[in-house]
Amino acid sequence: MKLKKNIATSGEGFIFNPGTGDSFSTNEIGAEIITLLKEEKSVAEITQLISGKYDVDASQFENDLDDFAAQLKDYSILE
Amino acid sequence: MEKLRYERPIIKKMNTGLMNKFGTRTEYEPVTHIESVPVKSLIKEYGSPLFVLSEKQIRRNYQNATRIFKTRYPKVQFAWSYKTNYMNAVCQVFHQEGSWAEVVSGFEYEKALGNGVPGNKIIFNGPDKTDEQLVAAARNNSLIHIDHYDELYSLIKLSEEHNLRPRVAIRINMDTGIYPKWDRFGFNFENGQAWNAITRIINSTNLDLVGLHCHIGTFMLAPSAYGIAAKNLCELTWSIKEKYNKVLEYIDLGGGFPSENTLKGAYLPGSDTVPSIDQFADAITDVILGYGFKQEDLPLLILETGRALIDDAGFLLGSVLATKRLSDGRRATVLDFGVNSLFTAFWYDHKVSPAQAFGNHTEEMVLYGPLCMNIDIVRESITMPLLEKGNHLVVHKVGAYNMTQWMQFITLRPNIVMIDTDNKTHVIRKAETLEYLELNEQVPEHLKQNPLK
Amino acid sequence: MTTPKKKIVIAVTGLNAIDSPGPGVAVIRAIRECEDFEARIIGLSYESLEPGLYMHDLVDKTYQIPYPSAGTDTLLGRLTHIHDIEELDLIIPNFDAELFNFIKLRNKLKEMGIATFLPDLDQFEARDKVKLYEFGKKHDLMVPADKIIFQAKELVETAKELDFPLVVKGKFYDAIIANTLEQAEKAFYKLQAKWGLPIIVQEFINGTEINIAALGDGEGNTISVIPMRKLYITDKGKAWAGITLDDDRYIDLAKKFIKATKWRGGCELEIMQTADGKPYIMEVNPRFPAWIYLTAAAGQNQPASLVKMAMGEKVEPFTDYEVGKIFVRYAWDLITDISEFQQISGTGEL
Repeated sequence: MKLKKNIATSGEGFIFNPGTGDSFSTNEIGAEIITLLKEEKSVAEITQLISGKYDVDASQFENDLDDFAAQLKDYSILE
Repeated sequence: MEKLRYERPIIKKMNTGLMNKFGTRTEYEPVTHIESVPVKSLIKEYGSPLFVLSEKQIRRNYQNATRIFKTRYPKVQFAWSYKTNYMNAVCQVFHQEGSWAEVVSGFEYEKALGNGVPGNKIIFNGPDKTDEQLVAAARNNSLIHIDHYDELYSLIKLSEEHNLRPRVAIRINMDTGIYPKWDRFGFNFENGQAWNAITRIINSTNLDLVGLHCHIGTFMLAPSAYGIAAKNLCELTWSIKEKYNKVLEYIDLGGGFPSENTLKGAYLPGSDTVPSIDQFADAITDVILGYGFKQEDLPLLILETGRALIDDAGFLLGSVLATKRLSDGRRATVLDFGVNSLFTAFWYDHKVSPAQAFGNHTEEMVLYGPLCMNIDIVRESITMPLLEKGNHLVVHKVGAYNMTQWMQFITLRPNIVMIDTDNKTHVIRKAETLEYLELNEQVPEHLKQNPLK
Repeated sequence: MTTPKKKIVIAVTGLNAIDSPGPGVAVIRAIRECEDFEARIIGLSYESLEPGLYMHDLVDKTYQIPYPSAGTDTLLGRLTHIHDIEELDLIIPNFDAELFNFIKLRNKLKEMGIATFLPDLDQFEARDKVKLYEFGKKHDLMVPADKIIFQAKELVETAKELDFPLVVKGKFYDAIIANTLEQAEKAFYKLQAKWGLPIIVQEFINGTEINIAALGDGEGNTISVIPMRKLYITDKGKAWAGITLDDDRYIDLAKKFIKATKWRGGCELEIMQTADGKPYIMEVNPRFPAWIYLTAAAGQNQPASLVKMAMGEKVEPFTDYEVGKIFVRYAWDLITDISEFQQISGTGEL
């Protein structure tokens, strides 16, 4: 999973895709995942970090992450 | 270290058009209790889905409506519309409050008798009454509201044969300026059919005309339509007195007052647009009081209000079975109840609340029921907090018509509990079982062998 | 020494100064121009691209509010939140579709210390398109004949009664002229899909269209009347340019309307003046029109007068205005940055 390199993020969870002109908002966990993606973390690393920090089991999170990634892809935020 | 509360990641495109959220505030408040009983414990004890009725709310509604009418008009009688909700416990709450029974079939008629309602306090409406039922109702001195000429002539014949003097009224349909016009029930006012039927009854030796009945429609939003209906019934009552020197005992304006549910396709929510009972009461009683009857000739005003007295006393609790994403990107939430239990989802955009605390974020979604049927949709579009498998929901204002029109389809019907005025819960109808459903089934002998065994 | 002018906090909706504009920006401009008081203007917006949001010299701060269809509870919740921060003195709603909710909330807002200057629900409903014909009959005002219908098949009967061409109108907005039954049916379904039922079918009146902006004090007195004729219209029928007129018939008509309804607040009468000189009231909009700034330019600042009355001041009726004042509407590309758009979209505040 790789973020497009020119994707702009702000502290408040806003995302701007300069390629398409679209803006997005995310919740806290969404913003955190995008930050981790920026740092080029792998899916396994992200899963480990999030399920370590939040009250969620790894399989549930993987399921949610898949869904999230599908949307990011849909919105042309992922490569 | 304690872990932080998890919420699944979401991303929303910022729309240049419609907005769903306003800052970090959402329009939904969680509903964690019904009366003072936690939703969680109700579901734990009685399962999910679950219908819950508040006895307190039913009584409050009834007392409020009677107060509104009785402070405006001296003689008022409510008759509980069985078809709206004929759970015996519900009927008994209304009868304890003083309500008569209004039934539209032999089955409902027997239910009312079974609940101990005296025959002369049962109003028998509807187009479907068998000869046996008519005779029984006449013997019990019930109020028989005649729907059509065939019924009128049957009743004349039966009362002669059995030497009975049934107390009758006719149902009258009319143009009150509303759409759709309900002209399929009763005798028409404008074309003189009603007056002909009245004349026929008065000329018969056996029938005793005691009242007039109309029921102009359902979920009526125009109090003025009731004013027109009341005026027409008063006009007939007056003419009967003039022409035949007969004073009728009552006029029955039927039901039709709306609840605060939001009809599909309505622009504004029902809670803002539905007229109050006061407005209906004003429209009706102003007309009758102003018509010119002598005080002693004022007819008893009967009301068959159903929905407006019970809808907001009913709740449907349920759970999220799954969340998924549809091919067009929309979020879909699958619930453990659908149009099978919540029949009124066909007409209303029901208010649905989450039953637990949630984060600030919301998403737009479709709420699906559990049936393997494409029509099983609870809400086509609703903005809710992020829901997860196992979360509980509360559907509001489901007391009317659901517990009578629900379908035993694909799955079994759930428990109904009533929370009494001391906040104790009682099961008033047990969840169905396979055994219960198969009780009346019979398999022919030659089909009992199953070779797959 | 001069005493500092009191700063009144006024919330205004209808900031969509687009091709079919809401009146909010014009209302604010008129209020800003009044030298009798100072105002802090709070914009209330529904969408994140309403131009007024980004006009920082006119609007001090903007909050998004829920769509009217969310109902009064939701709206009140949001307004309470805004009031906690801004201490509103007055709200001026400017959209037809939201007025019902604001009128319903009027007393609750008053308890919170927020004034409004709106018609009563009865006044508001009497001029509803659906009831306008009855209203006209009652008050001896000329209104084109109409029929309220619920089914497309009723068009056949209606057409016999009213004759083509017919004007087919939606419950809240939009009107389509139909010359044939086919066109009328098409219009019916289009408007039904958009605004729901019923549909209003109106007799077509041929003549000159005149618009009147009027302000009533709620006791039957007319504070201001400005008649205007559109000089040029857009393809949506909206005024692009217009001119103030001098004709007592219009002034008298507006006064008669306000007296009959005891109208409180601003309104716009859409008049059709037939060739033989009969002024038909086509529609009554229960709020200021988008061209309301012309009233200020012509010498009768209606929005500012409304503010004064809402704040409890007695306002004397205007007597004069400048005839021949012209407005020409123009489009202007306002420049802003993605961060502002994200801010209003994401947080609901700007």
